[in-house]
This record gives sequence, structure tokens and C-alpha cells, in this order.
Amino acid sequence: MELFSLAIRSIFIDNMIFAYFLGMCSFLAVSKKVSTALGLGAAVIFVLSVTTPVNWLLNEFILKEGALTWVSADLVAIDLSFLRFIMFIAIIAAMVQLVEMVVEKFAPALYGQLGIFLPLIAVNCAILGGSLFMAQRDYTLAESAVYGFGSGTGFLLAIVALAAIREKLKYSHVPNGLKGLGITMLLTGLMGLAFMSFMGIDL
Amino acid sequence: MSAETLEKAIEKKPAEALFSKRRRKLVADPLIDDNPITIQVLGICSALAVTTQMKPTLVMAISVIFVVAMSNFVISVMRNTIPARVRIIVQLAVVATLVTLVSEVLKAFAYDMYKELSVFIGLIITNCIVMGRLEAFAMGNKPYDSLLDGLGSALGYSWIILTVAFFRELFGSGSVFGIPVYNYVSSIFGPDFSLATNGLMVSPIGAFIILGLIVWVQRTKTGYVEH
Repeated sequence: MELFSLAIRSIFIDNMIFAYFLGMCSFLAVSKKVSTALGLGAAVIFVLSVTTPVNWLLNEFILKEGALTWVSADLVAIDLSFLRFIMFIAIIAAMVQLVEMVVEKFAPALYGQLGIFLPLIAVNCAILGGSLFMAQRDYTLAESAVYGFGSGTGFLLAIVALAAIREKLKYSHVPNGLKGLGITMLLTGLMGLAFMSFMGIDL
Repeated sequence: MSAETLEKAIEKKPAEALFSKRRRKLVADPLIDDNPITIQVLGICSALAVTTQMKPTLVMAISVIFVVAMSNFVISVMRNTIPARVRIIVQLAVVATLVTLVSEVLKAFAYDMYKELSVFIGLIITNCIVMGRLEAFAMGNKPYDSLLDGLGSALGYSWIILTVAFFRELFGSGSVFGIPVYNYVSSIFGPDFSLATNGLMVSPIGAFIILGLIVWVQRTKTGYVEH
């Protein structure tokens, strides 16, 4: 039950886009068509669900203060958490590479759809943000897996919704200076306003 | 080849001035005409998250200026030794090291600010401006030019986020840099005249709207149209 409410919270209330502005670059760049947005969203869910628990293991058994006691009791005073950024980003880049190779080998059709987005994802703020929030909030392994999946789903929801709106937007007259980024920002603001209504839900 | 032409070939070209016209352009272009946020649409993630108040925004801007300029410089120095296949991971390692430096310095000397910015300092690593400049400029240009280019892009980013923060703090909290402007205004015009703050500006929505409007104004002025 606890996990379920965490999933709902990370999808709707703590939405990566509308509450923390993470992954905005690809959110704005790849939201012109619904089909590509769907592809990117699926890839983000996939990578977030994998990297968040893996980084949890890394954080719990290597980086945290006193995490190395499983090697030897003498290492209790060692705190490697300052290495967090570099280790997390290395894991993410490696995992993305791995995922890319696995998908290419076993699901060529899916690779055809996701292929171009996967390298992009290594530098998506939402992925690193997911891991950093996980470390900051002291989630358990199960919680971090659910959190990763939930935030990815929230991202998919947001990017597909924006892409759908932008497809319709082609038929409207937008002032020249507002075309593209300007109107998209205003739209995202209005969508965020709609998502705010979830904040009142107490889970 | 005669000795004379050989000598001519060896003869050094005069060194380019430290602030030649071309180099000034490297810094000035990203400020308005080629702004990373409003024109290139890069680095929006962190631009919005920290801009509720001016102070953390200023810290963020300084951190980004440091990271972008230095990483551009370091990558440019190493550019001929980096194999093309692993360049992303090399770039990420350099950037992550610099960001760790910034984060540790903040932790030591400005702990409150470190707490306030929380994960967003770490997220400079994935700020698209950093990777974008490394890929587009530092991998193919000399160190000093790359340093200037990074500086220009980061300054273009900084003035946009400071402008966003100015409006968000003014309308959202009624202050500028923590100075309660709204209270002063009320005290001058008497108690009947009071300004209400707008809670929407403090929330993420305010950031999107303000940035959207800044983009509109800026693009109308420069005449840039996106297709």
C-alpha cells in the first residue's frame, strides 16, 4: 500500500516535469509528434526503472557513510558520498549503453523505435535527478524501484500530453515571437496548473 | 623550395590579440542573438527550478559559469587525445568532477545555500548547455577560445535566470534579494495601500509563464522565428 501511494505520488503530485522541471530539454525538443514522444517516454521509464535501483545498491553498499562495513569493520568511518555525482553519472551512462545493446540484440523492432533516443537519455536531467532524489530521501530498494518507474511514467504522461497539444497547435495562429519555445512554455505552465489540482490529494 | 620561401613559411603569424574582435564576438553572441535558453533551448531544467529567489539563483549562475567555462577549457586541452567513441563518458567525467568541486566548496562555505539548492547543483552535470558547448565548440577549438565561448554561453544563461528570478521573487514574495520591497511601498503610501503577493509565481507555473513571456519579448526584438 505504501509503495502504491509512492507510485501515485511520483506520477501525479511530484511529477518530474511540473514539480521539479527535470528533463525539460528533451521534453521541449522531442514533443512535436505524439509517436516520437511515446518512444522517448517509454525509453525514459525503462532507463529510470533500471538505474534508480542500481544506483541505490551503489549508494547503500559503497558510497554512504559507513557503507563499506561489509568489506571490513575498520572501514566504518569512510564516507565516499562526495563521489556520488561522478559514480551515478557513470552508472547511468553505462546502463544506457547496456540497455541499448540488449534491446538491439533481443528486440530489434523496439530498437528501431527507441534507438535514437537512448543515447540522448544519458544526459537527461530526469534520470540523474531520480537517482539524486532517491539518495536524498533515503528510500529502500523497493521504494527506489517504484519511484523510478513512477517518475518515468509521469514523464511519459507529460510529454505525450504536450505532444498531442502541439500537434493541434499547428492549426492556430501564434504570434511570430511566441512560436515554438514561447508558446510551449506557456502551455506547460497551464498544464502544470492542471496538475496542481493533484496536490490536494493526501496519500 | 628556396630558402626564402621556407623562411616565410616558418615565420610565425603575429599572435591574435587577447580580446580581438572575433574573440569578443565569442562572448557577446550568446548573450542576445544566440542565447542558450531563449534561442537554442538548452539548459531549461535547472533554469526554472532554482529561480524562486534571487540569492540561490545568483549562486547557481556563478556555479554554472565556473563549470561551463572550466569544462570547455579542460576538454579543449584534451581534445586531441580523446577517442571519439568514448568522448561522452570522458566529457561527463570531467564535468562531474568540476561539479563535485563546486558542491564541496558550497558545502564547506555556504551550507545553507547547499541545502537550499539540494540536488540542483548535481544536476548541472546534465545541464544541456555544458554538454552542448563541449560537443559543439570545445572538441574543435583552442583552449582560450573555448574558455571564452563557455563564458559567453554561461553569461547568456545567467542573465536570463536572474531576470526570471527577479520577477518571480518580486511578484511571488514581494522582495528583491531578500529586501522586502512591497513592505516599503506600503509604508510609504500608508496602511490602506498594500500590495498582494501572487502565490502562483512561487510555484513552478510562474516560472513557465515568466520564461515564456521573456522568450516572446526577446525573440520579437531579435526577430528570430522558429519553424
